[in-house]
Amino acid sequence: MRYPALSALLAGVMTLGGCSEGVLDPKGPVAAAERLIMFNSTAIMLAIVIPTMIATLGTAYWFRASNKRARYLPDFEYSGRLELLVWSIPIMTVILVGGVAWVSTYDLDPPKAIASAEKPVRIQVVALDWKWLFIYPDEGIAAVNQLTVPVGTPISFELTSAGVMNSFFVPQLAGQIYTMAGMATRLNLQADHTGTYRGMSANYSGAGFSDMHFNVEAVPAENYAAWVAATRGNGPVLDEQTYSTLAKPSQAVAPFSYRTVAPGLFSGIVRTAMQSGDPLCVTDIASERIER
Amino acid sequence: MNAIASDALRPELPLAVSEAGPAPKRIVVTYGFWVFILSDIVMFAALFATYAVLVHATAGGAAGSQLFNQVSVAVETGCLLLSSYTCGLMSLAINAKRHVATYAAAIATFVLGAAFLGLEIHEFADMIARGATPQSSAFLSAFFTLVGCHGLHVTVGLIWLAVMMAQVAAHDFTAAVTRRLLCFALFWHALDIIWICLFTFVYLMGVRP
Amino acid sequence: MNLLGKLDWSAIPFDQPIIMGASGGMILGIGAVLSWVLLKGYVPYLWREWITSVDHKRIGVMYIVLALLMLLRGFSDAIMMRTQQAVAAGGAQGYLPPEHYDQIFTAHGTIMIFFVAMPLVIGMMNFAVPLQLGVRDVAFPTLNSVSFWLTASAVLLINVSLVVGEFARTGWMAYPPLSELQFSPGVGVDYYLWSLQISGVGTLLTGINFVTTILKLRAPGMSLMRMPVFCWTALASSLMIVAVFPVLTATFAMLLLDRYLGFHFFSLDAGGNPMMYVNLFWIWGHPEVYILVLPAFGIFSEVSATFSGKPLFGYRSMVAATMAICILSMLVWLHHFFTMGASANVNAFFGVMSMLIGLPTGVKIFNWVFTMYGGRVRFTVPVLWLIGFMVTFVLGGLTGVLLAVPPVDWQVHNSMFLIAHFHHVIIPGVLFGLFAGYTYWFPKAFGFALDERWGKAAFWCWFIGFHLAFMPLYVVGLMGMTRRMQHYDNLAWQPWLLVAGAGAVIILAGIVCQAVQLVVSIRTRDRRRVTGDPWNGRTLEWSTASPPPAWNFAVLPHVSDKDAFWSTKQHAPAARLQPAQARAYKPIEMPSNSPIGFVNAFFAVIFGFALIWHIWWLAVVGALGGFVSILAFAFRRTDEIEIPPEQIAQFDRAHPTEFAA
Repeated sequence: MRYPALSALLAGVMTLGGCSEGVLDPKGPVAAAERLIMFNSTAIMLAIVIPTMIATLGTAYWFRASNKRARYLPDFEYSGRLELLVWSIPIMTVILVGGVAWVSTYDLDPPKAIASAEKPVRIQVVALDWKWLFIYPDEGIAAVNQLTVPVGTPISFELTSAGVMNSFFVPQLAGQIYTMAGMATRLNLQADHTGTYRGMSANYSGAGFSDMHFNVEAVPAENYAAWVAATRGNGPVLDEQTYSTLAKPSQAVAPFSYRTVAPGLFSGIVRTAMQSGDPLCVTDIASERIER
Repeated sequence: MNAIASDALRPELPLAVSEAGPAPKRIVVTYGFWVFILSDIVMFAALFATYAVLVHATAGGAAGSQLFNQVSVAVETGCLLLSSYTCGLMSLAINAKRHVATYAAAIATFVLGAAFLGLEIHEFADMIARGATPQSSAFLSAFFTLVGCHGLHVTVGLIWLAVMMAQVAAHDFTAAVTRRLLCFALFWHALDIIWICLFTFVYLMGVRP
Repeated sequence: MNLLGKLDWSAIPFDQPIIMGASGGMILGIGAVLSWVLLKGYVPYLWREWITSVDHKRIGVMYIVLALLMLLRGFSDAIMMRTQQAVAAGGAQGYLPPEHYDQIFTAHGTIMIFFVAMPLVIGMMNFAVPLQLGVRDVAFPTLNSVSFWLTASAVLLINVSLVVGEFARTGWMAYPPLSELQFSPGVGVDYYLWSLQISGVGTLLTGINFVTTILKLRAPGMSLMRMPVFCWTALASSLMIVAVFPVLTATFAMLLLDRYLGFHFFSLDAGGNPMMYVNLFWIWGHPEVYILVLPAFGIFSEVSATFSGKPLFGYRSMVAATMAICILSMLVWLHHFFTMGASANVNAFFGVMSMLIGLPTGVKIFNWVFTMYGGRVRFTVPVLWLIGFMVTFVLGGLTGVLLAVPPVDWQVHNSMFLIAHFHHVIIPGVLFGLFAGYTYWFPKAFGFALDERWGKAAFWCWFIGFHLAFMPLYVVGLMGMTRRMQHYDNLAWQPWLLVAGAGAVIILAGIVCQAVQLVVSIRTRDRRRVTGDPWNGRTLEWSTASPPPAWNFAVLPHVSDKDAFWSTKQHAPAARLQPAQARAYKPIEMPSNSPIGFVNAFFAVIFGFALIWHIWWLAVVGALGGFVSILAFAFRRTDEIEIPPEQIAQFDRAHPTEFAA
């Protein structure tokens, strides 16, 4: 990191503040990159902000009316050089932070695939009132309010909502993305360390919103394969009927899984709320965003 | 007191408009009304933008090309444009303080505006009878709202025109009445301009292949 | 057909003790005030001098009174949220069930933005702008009254929603599909929409009024570049109101059509597009925050110059920065939803544009520092608010630029970090600025100054309380806490939220200090009478008596420089008021009072309430009533009164204004 002292300070604050299991404690490459940008941008701006705060207090104090030593300059209302300074400092700051923003927005674009030798795991996410449904189309299983992923493997999400807008968010792994009915958004992330990470909805969606959180279990590859196999072994079937039961409003749903999923269920869910004839609506959901 | 110079000591040099002091009431009122018209145009812009986004969201139902009656629209346009002309005649008559000409031009404007409305309501009723209700698709919601909003403005304009004629009859051409008639004319012409955008964007472009 | 639409006794939440308590308190309070007014015989006075007044000074004061009253309600919501979140940790559910809590955070945002901040800003503009411009009133005084009373109608409707029915549970932005009938079948969203539509009309009319006033009604000699900076910020704010409030009107109209007539603008089926609402809402929403903050910046400019005893540094820069903010603010709206999945091109563009706004804002901060540089800074209460603002706002702005970086935003959008950010800019920016303006112009409005000690106490409570209440929210936001949570399971967040709760209590102490300040100041006002120029001011409002007469200036001042009053004091100290008999006073025509604002508002309330409860016949009554009253107003024969020269002369004799020592 380019700012060792600042990083040390922030890391200290982090531990002191107990800022673990959040944005400042990333467990994957996307979240780590996002945290770095946050630190860098903050450092650049603090370099301007802190002197400004000191200058404000210092100027006000020194030029207080009772200070006879301060010079009174009643006509000091313009200075070309100062104007230049006053405009150029913010301009340079904006160019710097703006450059960081521009580049990183492309680098970390949610639909952008994560470069890896591993084949990505595809997961389809449906936000319901007030729980999360995770469908693994390639494995043919599904789970509610629990997301198990293999460590070190890119995960490629397609996300939608059955009703109101929600936002899929696992702070320690990546930024969030809205889930909206009738369309599929994309997100790519990867967990580099085993562990349990908290996930939630980050967009208020009604009475049961506060309980709409889930755990992400990042497990080694063998454990993941074992989990898939075990899930296929028991649990109900997820088809149109059981889905419509699931879709009924419920809160604080305990995690459970489905042993098999009807093919094309996710596309069907998206299409139910989709406007037909709309050029925004593509027949192949998976190709809605071209991966760079 | 701060007054450096009272009115009597005002310098003889010609002042820039920005330094000439408060503008006369007629200018202030019409300027303010222009600003209001600009705000109204912004509201229409929001409705236009929504229409543009939703124009293809026909939910499997009819699209504009299958619904619009271009002949009716052409006649409506003619009525409205003509009513702007008669409104202009009315403004001339007001300036000349000629009562009969004012009433005549106002009646002509009213009749043409009412004809426009009548045709538009007929168009809407026709579409609804064919099942193309605003509740059937987002496209139709946007269409009825955008065109309907303009129609609502025309209706308000007609009511306003009638009230203004009553004011002319009751108060004659006082400064206040004349100012209000000026505002009405601005309003009526602005509605015409919005209609031109409307029929171009909605009707003409709506039937392109 | 049911004569009362959806309205019946079940609309009153008898089973919810907290709401019944609050409603009871509100009704008792209003009842007490009304009884007192009635019994003391103040009604004719109030009707004649305030309710039917079209005087910008009176209307300005009424806006501010309205805003300060609503601050009490908005802040009660805040304290309830903080206390709920302080206790509802682990398995605890707190004392506010989701059905109630979700209304509270919606009401808090709606009230604070629309019924506290907006009326405070508009009230300040109303009071000060015509005086600073050296003219007698705004361009359309009666329209001004209409605007105020429409805002008051909306306030009444929102307060009625506490007792009869419910409020929206969607958050103050009311995104569909949640705000559509399917997911919000109650009357709450309708209360929200109709209140805001009604007050939106009022606000738009104010914008039109002030654009016209500032551009067409200024004292002779006052070119635009000789105008006080507060008037420039009022102009920018008013231009933005005209440019964006119609968008909000259209957006809410579309949501209302969806809810009432089954249209499909934003519905889940038949092609509706909720993303369109989000875009339209924020096309209004982002300029809205600049509508609020620019006049506050203008107040800070006035305060910094006046209390430093020197001109504002970089006047042209400040004007350029203000107009730059005016335009830029309309090009950044997407930063409120970077997470909605737009392409990288779009996100990157809006990110960079959002940062550009930091530029003119930074310029302003530096210019205020240079204004104090070389000055003789008097640490009055307004200056405390100024300095408190300067050191706090820059950090809030920093977090704003952080949020403008899309990848960072994806991590903290909709979290407590976001909440902390916007309070970090709105409270020091808008609220501190308005408190400074309130203290600064109070003596001009009422003829006596506010008590300094209670003012300073209020400032320190707000400053300390604000930091305690909001800095912990950055921490929990980074720890992963999202906004609008009625309860949470992560106990690690609780200590921070307890601190935040304590901060809210200290802010409450600050508000109490301000209330006490007002009462004490009124009680002891005879000890604190002021001249027309208590602060050694620089702009024209200080050249009038305190309070000014209805006509503001007996003779319109002739301006030849910016800081018109100061330049007079410097260059023509000998130009004293000539003996009244020797001056040639001319009669002044002022617009006559009119009840149309109040009557119109009365029918607006009926119209809104009727539509909310689907009482169609009553809605027709309201609409017709409004129409007929406008007709009656339109046919009035006299719209001006003439003030005779003797009255003006008598006033001038009784109030010889003096320069400050």
